[in-house]
Amino acid sequence: MNASVPFRRMIGERAPRKEDARLLTGRGQYTDDVRMPGLLHCVFVRSPAARGRIVSLNLDAARALPGVQAIYTHEDLSVVPVQFMTYFFTPIASPISLLANGRVACVGDPVAMVIAESRAIAEDAAGLVELEIAEEDPVVTITDAQTGALVHPGTESNCTQEMGAAEIPEAVQAILDKAAHVVTQRIDHQRIAQSPMEARGCVASFDGAEELLIHISCQSPHFVARYVSTVLGVPQEAIRVIAKDVGGAFGLKNMPWREEMAVIVAAKLFKRPLKWIEDRFESLTASSHAREQEITLTAGFDAEGRLLAAHGDCSINNGAWPMGEDCNIAVHMFMWPAYKMPAYSFHTRGWYTNTMGLGGYRGPWALESLIRETLLDKAARQIGIDPIEIRRRNLVTAADQPMTTGFDLTVTDITPYECLEKLLANIDVPAFRKEQAEARKQGRYLGLGITTYIEPTAVAGIMTPLTGETAQIRIEPTGKVSAVLTTHSQGHGTATTMAQVIADRLGVAYEDVTVFEGDSSAGSYSPGAGGSRQGVIGGGASWRAAELLADKVKRIAAHLYNASAETIKIENGMIHIEGAPEMSRSLREVAEIAHGEPFRLPEGMETGLEAQYRYQPPPMTFTSAAHACFVEVDADTGFVKINRWISSEDCGTIINPGIVEGQIAGGLAQAIGQVLLEEMPYDGRGNPLAATFKDYLMPAYTDIPDFEYLHANTPSATIGGMRGVGEGGAIIGPPTLANAISDALAPFGELELALPLSPSRLLAAIEGAEKRETAA
Amino acid sequence: MSEHRIELTVNGHRHSASVEARTTLGEFLREGLGYTGTHLACEHGVCGACTVMVEGKAVRSCLMLAVQADNCAVTTVEGLADADGTLHPVQQAMRDNYGLQCGFCTPGVVITFAALSANGAKPSVAELEAAMSGHICRCTGYQGIRRAIRQIAGVAQPAGEHA
Ligand code: FES
Ligand code: FES
Repeated sequence: MNASVPFRRMIGERAPRKEDARLLTGRGQYTDDVRMPGLLHCVFVRSPAARGRIVSLNLDAARALPGVQAIYTHEDLSVVPVQFMTYFFTPIASPISLLANGRVACVGDPVAMVIAESRAIAEDAAGLVELEIAEEDPVVTITDAQTGALVHPGTESNCTQEMGAAEIPEAVQAILDKAAHVVTQRIDHQRIAQSPMEARGCVASFDGAEELLIHISCQSPHFVARYVSTVLGVPQEAIRVIAKDVGGAFGLKNMPWREEMAVIVAAKLFKRPLKWIEDRFESLTASSHAREQEITLTAGFDAEGRLLAAHGDCSINNGAWPMGEDCNIAVHMFMWPAYKMPAYSFHTRGWYTNTMGLGGYRGPWALESLIRETLLDKAARQIGIDPIEIRRRNLVTAADQPMTTGFDLTVTDITPYECLEKLLANIDVPAFRKEQAEARKQGRYLGLGITTYIEPTAVAGIMTPLTGETAQIRIEPTGKVSAVLTTHSQGHGTATTMAQVIADRLGVAYEDVTVFEGDSSAGSYSPGAGGSRQGVIGGGASWRAAELLADKVKRIAAHLYNASAETIKIENGMIHIEGAPEMSRSLREVAEIAHGEPFRLPEGMETGLEAQYRYQPPPMTFTSAAHACFVEVDADTGFVKINRWISSEDCGTIINPGIVEGQIAGGLAQAIGQVLLEEMPYDGRGNPLAATFKDYLMPAYTDIPDFEYLHANTPSATIGGMRGVGEGGAIIGPPTLANAISDALAPFGELELALPLSPSRLLAAIEGAEKRETAA
Repeated sequence: MSEHRIELTVNGHRHSASVEARTTLGEFLREGLGYTGTHLACEHGVCGACTVMVEGKAVRSCLMLAVQADNCAVTTVEGLADADGTLHPVQQAMRDNYGLQCGFCTPGVVITFAALSANGAKPSVAELEAAMSGHICRCTGYQGIRRAIRQIAGVAQPAGEHA
């Protein structure tokens, strides 16, 4: 490489993704692409009833089908003890087993597992299984759960977890009583399905005593290896987990759940490699769901619209077999850190019902932004001030920090106020208000939603599974660079961003860096994708490891060329000595010496060119943002058209703007789906009603506008200064859109927030208001 | 289950096989022939992930039976790039514009666009957008795909938008 070519610093570049050449030419390797000698296929027989006792299970006809190798029931699999854990490695309280144990607790509950030579035969056999259930009345809604029969007989109540005070504490009540304005907002958040395009899947093979090889669609092979080791009692060194390409995860694939664990156990028992690939029907109805919850928030304001106190009451429908019984305490924890809130109290509960269990989903606590930001807009309307002004008066500014919240969270560098100002500098609110007023006269309903928020990202070191990340980098004798990372991509592009950081900090060409990830046999433990952590922690680890390696190269070069290490620079894979251009050498030359001619190295230096750094970041790194969305609601059809969406996001140092914007956009598209389209409804008998993509409405190309991005780059306190961005769009998107719709429909009165805000719901609101008007 | 002998060309290679009548083209390409670049994400015709070209037309391989492809020329995503590895202009446009994240929906999207641009055709933004409305992508929010569409159609990206 020519020394005169200016070196491209890679951090901040829109580098083309390393992953794409493979993924665009059909050479990706997703779980269903795995082929193995002797592989058999699994299909689950699932409960068609939401609740009841298994009276009989006749497998004879199914077993007789040619090509069927085995059919397992709970009794068969239970010879291998499995102790399910939550994501946080705490035991699951519900009596969960791999397959239904005498009773079914939701539609889709796996009852038996067919193993056959092909998937088609396994499906045919599943259809021949005769299952008789003595049905009981199911408990479906949160209201049912409070009074209905026990979902898990033998437990004390259907309440899985309760925190906080049912009654508003006197101190908070006293403030609310005296407040100039008291505003209450309620949201009924529908149940949704994470719906990654690649559904779940697992291939498991026991090759000899405890040599367990798992290919799985997951968020971290290292985490899966640790999880399986823990729940199965198999030593971790006997487990290898590979997940090369994963077609989206969004929190759903944090950990193996019943089906994946059943495949692993069955592979152990049957001693053949087994594959299970979830189909879309299962993915929609029998994979963990997300979000179903109800929340009421009451806030008191002074005459100028300043927050005085608030109380929130939240309930979450956990279903029968949640991936962790949860009362979503995080909703309350992250409700107010961005705002000056003197007093907050809460009550929060989780409930078991006879529905599919809940699992993780992008921004699991996102309800806090939705209820808070919609309440603030409602309050602004009630108090008669501008929704922007109510935020300006209450947001935490740089001058207010460091600040400790009621939950003992310390915020030192959040920037929601600054993000809002940056946003406002790029939109013309007065012009919009004028246009809105004009349009209303013509019966057209325009709306603007503006919101702010903060989110905790890169959480590490305060919860069992959430650790630091490790980067192991080596310069090969060829001078090219390989890195083994603990990051993992389900679309995150970590092979790209980590290579950018390494190229930049080491001084080599981006094209010369190759990143390896996705295999638990390489690198060390990390939870991978989860909590928007990889860019921050993996990025910091790569950053420092690359610098350590650069230092070693410089020390060797200084020794070889009799220069001082401070005068040495590495750029474009060339080693330059200040003031002596003729002495420039390629990295390859030094690498060959480091590997092959140890006697030329400085006294006592170990051979080779490798560095490893495990980065333990601060416990949380906050990201801030403000978004604006402009809509028009058609009062005749209830159809919402999004005219413009602009984000002002502070995710600190940006490694690759293309990837950051992709994360924001993906989250926003899911947010739009959540507000306008997506819903997994259950009928009164506990039947899920959206079993295909014809009934479960995923946001399509035509539903999503072009987004605009403003980047507000305040470096964080981490190595490199990155902040997480993976969940932001999914958290801030819903209130931004909901506020825009409420603003558009303000002439019809306050909009009730039962999601999704489908055309029929919006029409009902519009027509209801019109009817009230005619009646008056 | 009745078996049928079929012959077809996939990405220029001749294949003959015996398939069950019920086997879909998508399943046959993946399981029977090993062209795993074609992805099945819904198997009921909604998501578009399984799209392949049959006789130059984009079809959902989950809704077509393998026996119906007897004597046909099929192109899968594996067959788009040049022999020397040069990406098809549609693949290049997707790459240039961050048109993919996890890449699971991508083969179908790429085939749909490639079918519209076959034989030197220059599809318009409107045509490409209409075709894209038949695909679901859960990751990208369609932003990069939108820019890729403009690149394929040969129209300028709006100011302030980055390639
Ligand atoms: S898999 Fe064929 S359209 Fe979805
Ligand atoms: S890139 Fe993941 S579904 Fe489209």
